[in-house]
Amino acid sequence: MKTELTVNGRAVTVDVEPRMTLLDCLRDELDLKGTHAGCEHGVCGACTVMVDGRAVRSCLMLAVQGDGLDIRTIEGFAPDAGELSVVQDAFCETHGLQCGYCTPGMIVAAHALLSHNDEPSDEEIRDAISGNICRCTGYGQIVEAIRLAAERMRQSNTRAFEAEGGESA
Amino acid sequence: MTEQLRPGRFVSANRRVREDRRFVAGKGRFVADLDIPGVAHVALVASQHPAAFIEEIDASEALAMPGVVGVLTGDELAASTDPLMNGLDTPHVRRFPLAVGQVRYAGEWVCAVVAESRALAEDAAEKVRVRYTKLGFVLDAEKALQTDSTPVHPAHGSNVLLDKTFVWGEVERDFEKAEEHLSFRVTWGRNSTVPIETFGVVAKWDPWEQVLDVWASIQMPKYSDQIARALRIPGNAVRVHYDVDVGGSYGVKRGIKHSVLVAYLARKFGRPIRLIEDRIENMRAGDAHGPERIFDVDVAFDRDGRVRSMKMRALDNAGAYAGRAPFQLGKPIGAIVGPYLIESVQYHAVSVTTNKTVEEAVRGFGQSPTNYAIETMMDRVAAHLGIDRIEIRRRNFIRHEQFPYTIPSGSTYDSGDYHVVVDKVLEAVDLPALEAERDRLRAEGLCAGIGVAACLEPSGGNSSFEPLLNEKNRTSTWMESCRVNVDGLGFVTATVHTTSSGQGHETLVSTVVGEVLEIDPDKIRVVRPDSLGSLPGNSPVGSRMAIMLGGAAAKAAEDLKGQIMRIAAHALKVSEASLVYREGTIEGPDGLKLQWSDIVDIAHRRFHDLPPGVAPGLTATHILQVPTGRELPKEGRAQMYPCHSFEFHVVLVAFDPVLAKPEIRRYVIGHDCGTVINPHIVKGMTLGGIAHGIGAALLEEFAYDEGGQLMTQSFLDYLMPSSHEVPAVEIVKHVTPSPYTVFGQKGSGESGYLGAPAAISGAMHDAVRAWGITFDKLPIRMSTVSDKIAAAREHDRKTA
Repeated sequence: MKTELTVNGRAVTVDVEPRMTLLDCLRDELDLKGTHAGCEHGVCGACTVMVDGRAVRSCLMLAVQGDGLDIRTIEGFAPDAGELSVVQDAFCETHGLQCGYCTPGMIVAAHALLSHNDEPSDEEIRDAISGNICRCTGYGQIVEAIRLAAERMRQSNTRAFEAEGGESA
Repeated sequence: MTEQLRPGRFVSANRRVREDRRFVAGKGRFVADLDIPGVAHVALVASQHPAAFIEEIDASEALAMPGVVGVLTGDELAASTDPLMNGLDTPHVRRFPLAVGQVRYAGEWVCAVVAESRALAEDAAEKVRVRYTKLGFVLDAEKALQTDSTPVHPAHGSNVLLDKTFVWGEVERDFEKAEEHLSFRVTWGRNSTVPIETFGVVAKWDPWEQVLDVWASIQMPKYSDQIARALRIPGNAVRVHYDVDVGGSYGVKRGIKHSVLVAYLARKFGRPIRLIEDRIENMRAGDAHGPERIFDVDVAFDRDGRVRSMKMRALDNAGAYAGRAPFQLGKPIGAIVGPYLIESVQYHAVSVTTNKTVEEAVRGFGQSPTNYAIETMMDRVAAHLGIDRIEIRRRNFIRHEQFPYTIPSGSTYDSGDYHVVVDKVLEAVDLPALEAERDRLRAEGLCAGIGVAACLEPSGGNSSFEPLLNEKNRTSTWMESCRVNVDGLGFVTATVHTTSSGQGHETLVSTVVGEVLEIDPDKIRVVRPDSLGSLPGNSPVGSRMAIMLGGAAAKAAEDLKGQIMRIAAHALKVSEASLVYREGTIEGPDGLKLQWSDIVDIAHRRFHDLPPGVAPGLTATHILQVPTGRELPKEGRAQMYPCHSFEFHVVLVAFDPVLAKPEIRRYVIGHDCGTVINPHIVKGMTLGGIAHGIGAALLEEFAYDEGGQLMTQSFLDYLMPSSHEVPAVEIVKHVTPSPYTVFGQKGSGESGYLGAPAAISGAMHDAVRAWGITFDKLPIRMSTVSDKIAAAREHDRKTA
């Protein structure tokens, strides 16, 4: 089934079985391996991608449902090759990860939060990542990373929500 | 004892973890990400029954489907391969990747379907018809132990895999002399580490080169050896690629059955084969459940609170096959008295087979359950005597000046300063204020309790439990290796000879080598040769890599530095003793100086300028034996791991007495793992370990129904802690260096997890102390708590 997607700013057409998930489509059809399968039943959040600016589980969505939608995967967050986004850099600064498997989903969830809330409380951060399970870190350094990213974005010349392509307040 | 290097510029510095960059960009290289041309996919046909004879497998309909490559049964596989390795001497407990003749747990793999895509393989697997004759089965460890129980492996004769009693010291005398005795039973429920990445493996056989290439999400000692043995091919015909990122393991990623299966299929069908577990396969038949253990403890103590002796029986439910899991009863022998001065111990270790999923190694290798039993013992003794729970621990702690201290079971603890760590934690936590907060919560009508736990993390993993529990096993080394090269342009590259699953080994090696050679760790490349190009090693198990890989890397770098000094002395025509090494430049008397580039030039190009005995090329290799690992166990006593980290937990829990959903209001841990090499990594391990411990204490269990079906096989019913359940944790640091390691480092990979379940259990008990309720099994479920409180209130109402 021919489906037109916009992925990381690029328009692509894929021909997929109707039963193929968006997750499998991104990984196997578009070779975007940064989005990971964890549970494939919508609990762990490892497959989280941004769809029209919102964090969405790509294992619970069919590729054909993405027709006409704007999809952003972890590969779409680094400003350039070898250059990290503020959020990605903050995760490195606080070591907000270990094995790195849930990390892309966490970073997408963090970007989604910071795109509409540039000064989240720890409680709001915990809420925003509560649909993403991490077995390595116990979340402490992830919360620190998102807190740090928010702070750095607030202090930067460009406001956080603008930098992240969110709607201006 | 080893001569220690002082922590310096890079060791213990708050430096970034170099691995993180690729992961935050989504550029990790996990096994499912690999694009191997021509690969075919596997789906499994799973048993519906906990025990049954396989009468017939009809795969004709599946084989006729488009895209299906073939179907493999257990009979064919067993005829062409050897059984998977058993740790114990139980030759009749034979295990193959697919069931042979009989299924032994619900979910066990009966046959494998290979197809052009995973989806097609799954479609075809549904069409395989298997005819069974149901058999009797046993799920409960105590029932399995009875002589008339249904044997899971009839050829073995019973369900008992291991039944061994150790007596260390004068147990009966100490029991007789002690003023008080107490007995209790606690049960550690079946849970596991459940990584977010399931297990996966790809294998490819090259018939011209006669080599099997394996890419796997693996964390396992002797992995390639085990594959070669099972397939009856030479060890040097298996090439495991260690440059695959592993998405979490914490012990369990040991998919040997998966690996042998796909390796066989790759040879059979002449094309690469890939098996990536889906979540249900992982939970039900990944053979990665953790210990399920019943502890019966008798303790003898005096009225001053001093514990004299302990008798412990640990009965473990190993599931349907033996594997390496029963050794998890052996490792805790190395810290069987915890941090306490207990003069004698009787330890009865029993492992039985049942018709449940196979058990595998889990973080701590049996230590966390054992610590839970020991700490429950300390709490019960305190309650019995009316002594404060922290005070009773202090009275029993090994004192700082007693180290190195040999415990009754034969292991020597390297170092520790337990009283000081506890003091520091109590100061940080402000205990009177914490108690006031608990009492305030109680006054609000909530149940509130404080829990404490003190425990050890034995680290530096050797494998002494193998010969201790199996006399035919003669293992007395568990080495780890590193090679450091300086290339012709003067750049440094070091090696790691295993996969990593989040431990930061590249950071560890570059930090340590940078420290020794006084060069920026970020300029050091760290690579992972495949297994055929690797030095010997035993993978990151037993909380060992800071000690073992860090030690090997430091020793290799020191060797290299020694070569550099000899080259310089020869070139400058002065004695080595007159030279000083400073950031790669060698300075001698009278302003003599040799640059790094000069040394590189001599070593790589000018043999005529090399001193006698120094090989050209500037490379050094070190294979490190486990410190203190010198001999086989003697008379039931063994030197287990060399280093012993200490942790002390204080936790405040509160919950509504009707809803009983525990909320952790405060969590403070004191942690002493000697010299810390990378503070970010150690912190992360500790916080992650506590989260894992919260799961084990309150949420996670592989629960079976009476029919032998696993009830919790998705993330909807097997509950893992989210950012809502895991609180902010405060860490109080202390450093007591180990005298046995290069920098004084100890292990930290199991920290937090080893004491959190005990501490949380203690807090839950404190919260319901008014009713005298006990919770004798982990996880402590909300329903159990609210039911017990309701029953106690009902009882109070009737007796009022």
